[in-house]
Amino acid sequence: MTTIFGVPTMALFGQILIGLINGSFYALLSLGLAVIFGMLNIINFAHGALYMLGAVTAYLLLNYAGIGYWPSLIIAPIVVGCIGIVIERVFLQWLYKLDHLYGLLLTFGLALIIEGVSRHYLGSAGLPYTLPQSLAGGHNLGFMFLPNYRAWVIAVSLVVCFGTWFVIERTKLGAYLRAATENPSLVRAFGINVPRMITLTYGFGVALAAFGGVMAAPIYNVSPNMGSELIIVVFAVVVIGGMGSILGAIVTGFGLGIIEGLTKVFFPEASATVIFVIMAIVLLVRPAGLFGRGT
Amino acid sequence: MMERVSEPALQTLPQRDNSLLIVFAIMVVVLVAAPFVTYPLFLMQALCFALFACAFNLLIGYVGLLSFGHALYFGWASYVTAYAAKAWGFPPELAILAGTLTAAVLGVVAGALAIRRQGIYFAMITLALAQMMYFVAVRAPFTGGEDGIQGVPRGHLFGVINLDNPTAMYFVVLVIFLAGFLFIHRVIHSPFGEVLKAIRENEPRAISLGYKTDRYKLIAFILSASLAGLAGATKAIVLQIASLTDVYWPMSGDVVLMSLVGGLGTIFGPVVGAFAILSMQYKLAFLGEWVLVIEGVIFVTCVLLFRRGIVGEIANLLRIKL
Repeated sequence: MTTIFGVPTMALFGQILIGLINGSFYALLSLGLAVIFGMLNIINFAHGALYMLGAVTAYLLLNYAGIGYWPSLIIAPIVVGCIGIVIERVFLQWLYKLDHLYGLLLTFGLALIIEGVSRHYLGSAGLPYTLPQSLAGGHNLGFMFLPNYRAWVIAVSLVVCFGTWFVIERTKLGAYLRAATENPSLVRAFGINVPRMITLTYGFGVALAAFGGVMAAPIYNVSPNMGSELIIVVFAVVVIGGMGSILGAIVTGFGLGIIEGLTKVFFPEASATVIFVIMAIVLLVRPAGLFGRGT
Repeated sequence: MMERVSEPALQTLPQRDNSLLIVFAIMVVVLVAAPFVTYPLFLMQALCFALFACAFNLLIGYVGLLSFGHALYFGWASYVTAYAAKAWGFPPELAILAGTLTAAVLGVVAGALAIRRQGIYFAMITLALAQMMYFVAVRAPFTGGEDGIQGVPRGHLFGVINLDNPTAMYFVVLVIFLAGFLFIHRVIHSPFGEVLKAIRENEPRAISLGYKTDRYKLIAFILSASLAGLAGATKAIVLQIASLTDVYWPMSGDVVLMSLVGGLGTIFGPVVGAFAILSMQYKLAFLGEWVLVIEGVIFVTCVLLFRRGIVGEIANLLRIKL
């Protein structure tokens, strides 16, 4: 058996693959957080809960309506996106003039509500989500075995992340969005409906999280706790990357996923804490974050 | 931006000097009489959480720093106290001291890291560091993993007072709580506390006046962490258990909720909030997961409609400072 640094290549590349998958979710979620923070000045604590809600929606669609994975990939983000729009209109819009901390507290409350309701109806244990037939199986690449579904998750996440980057940085709509982030009142003076843009931004960011949730469902099972564990790691990712740059959020997300995977191979005891340790080091060396501007 | 955290403190209320003293006297009388009418174990637990919430409120209410990871100090102090009392046979006063010192050391490290960023990042960093130490607690052999440390002996305080007697235990907890409460009151009303409030109101201005604000923030952080640790350490002796619940993120959320409900930036608010939330958790425990939902609803309601909290609203109504 081939080995690298005394570790079988199969295990090494297997863990890198898992790292890339985790990294996809870190990237999708931190991207959404950054876009929402840019427009709303709110750190969306409910992001993890809405990611979980995406997975739960897919589970309910499959088991109660017989709607499979592929339609769910579209339907669940739309459903959760609409919930996000309602949340923004009913709750968040009253907070923009207040200190940022109130946004964190309110969305933390929303996360508790969503998680509590899900736990009541689904229980705390994970529920299995059947893999779609078309993505079952895998390929032996010689140095490792690559399951089709995992390859699909990584590829789609990359496409979605870079698609988002492209829309924000390279299109007219994105230019409006960036302008409204910099100076909302000036953009409003040009006749652009900024409050509606804010609402749609929140809906979009939340839909991204739900999309991640649907993709995670066949890998991790659907469980009400899946969001809260993830969101705290994503917060650390955001602190490391800084929220100033979209590309920075994507690179940091995938990079930290890989580092976490490698830690599982070489130093398994530290795999749960490595991202937090990196966060501490980054705070010491580059307090503004790797891609951050200011504080 | 920071000043909006504490709306009540901003208003120039006509100060009646004796109102604080009167309310404090009422609180002491109620707490001394309480064990003769209510279940002492509940009261002791509530006093520990009240001290925990007061410690948390010292940061958010008077420096404007939202720590979302205070379970770290509460939980780790609880573990160290429980371990010291059970495995090393420490007397309760030394076990509590060991727990409090642990929290202080953790506060130095976490505080030094967290104050490197402001506002929302500060909250995320404290939460992430607390989660890291939660994972350490899960893996560390001495914490007993899922079981926690059970059957912690209460022992004899200073070798004389038998803490297995509920009344004795209650009054020891009450003394610890009142000492912590008065200490916080002293800090807030000292020249040091005035600088903290200046940082909350306008940090750049405090810097321009020549204050090394990072140093003030760090000291406030360490004080808050140590007092949270004192609360956790006392709780370990009272309930005779230390477990993962104490160090997990929902505990950090609970203490935020207690302070918010009672009133951020009011000295009595966290005490009222702790008793209110803990009573609710006890009374509604039969509802299961719905308790979480109710807590979420309280969070949302407080933030949208009720930002002053119970004590803040009362103080505003009576036009006094509490």
